Amino acid sequence: MSVEVRVPTVLRPATGGVAALPAEGDTVGEVFDDLIGRHPGLKGQLLTDAGELHRHLNVFLNDDDIRYLGKLEAKVADGDTLTLMPAVAGGAL
Amino acid sequence: MLVIRKQDLQQIFAQALDGYPLEVCGLLVGAEKTSSPIRLSENAGANTDLGPSGATEEVESEAPESTAYVEVVVATDNVAESSRVYEIAPKALLQVDRLAEGRGLQILGVYHSHTHTEAKPSPTDIAKAPDPYWHYVLVSLRDVHPALRSWKIEGGKIEEEKVVVKW
Repeated sequence: MSVEVRVPTVLRPATGGVAALPAEGDTVGEVFDDLIGRHPGLKGQLLTDAGELHRHLNVFLNDDDIRYLGKLEAKVADGDTLTLMPAVAGGAL
Repeated sequence: MLVIRKQDLQQIFAQALDGYPLEVCGLLVGAEKTSSPIRLSENAGANTDLGPSGATEEVESEAPESTAYVEVVVATDNVAESSRVYEIAPKALLQVDRLAEGRGLQILGVYHSHTHTEAKPSPTDIAKAPDPYWHYVLVSLRDVHPALRSWKIEGGKIEEEKVVVKW
């Protein structure tokens, strides 16, 4: 399956400044493997050392958060869009 | 430098006051314009005596000057519903990202209020800052008049930037 991955500015140094990348895979995890294979700098930004989705990263498969679709096991289809977004939080504490 | 319209500033202040005692937050959408001035040093071009290294002239490059123009201020819910922390729902971020893309703009940064402390990033703000390219706007309700300041946060370090209000 061929999907488009949209990359936020914070991750673009690892993609040579590219904001949207084509990638291949049947699941989100496979798509990530494909991306990391071509852009190794993404590895630590997307996945933990244990190979799980980084908690500071949100990933949307089209309109849906992959945390509710099986995380890295979520199936993708041709033409899908994966959007990577940072978690946004803070406060006076 | 951050350029923001007066009415957008007022919108942020109103949201912060309405939301008190909770922290409020939202996203800044607009365009970032960067200029990279490169100027030759005074002796550039004057030194024709090429050394063994082949060095010809010195070129000094100044740091790129970046100006963020806020076009749209999007108030979002603070899903943490707290007076001490804020959090923007991932889905809201996605929606604002699409809104920005649809207008040929980008998310420039995030704003939030501090109800009892100054308009300066807290250790939590610094630790959780999602993107070094973003602008972090802080509103303080500590004093009688709300105060707004803007910051860049990168690698655990903060740097205040100028805010220009467009009337």
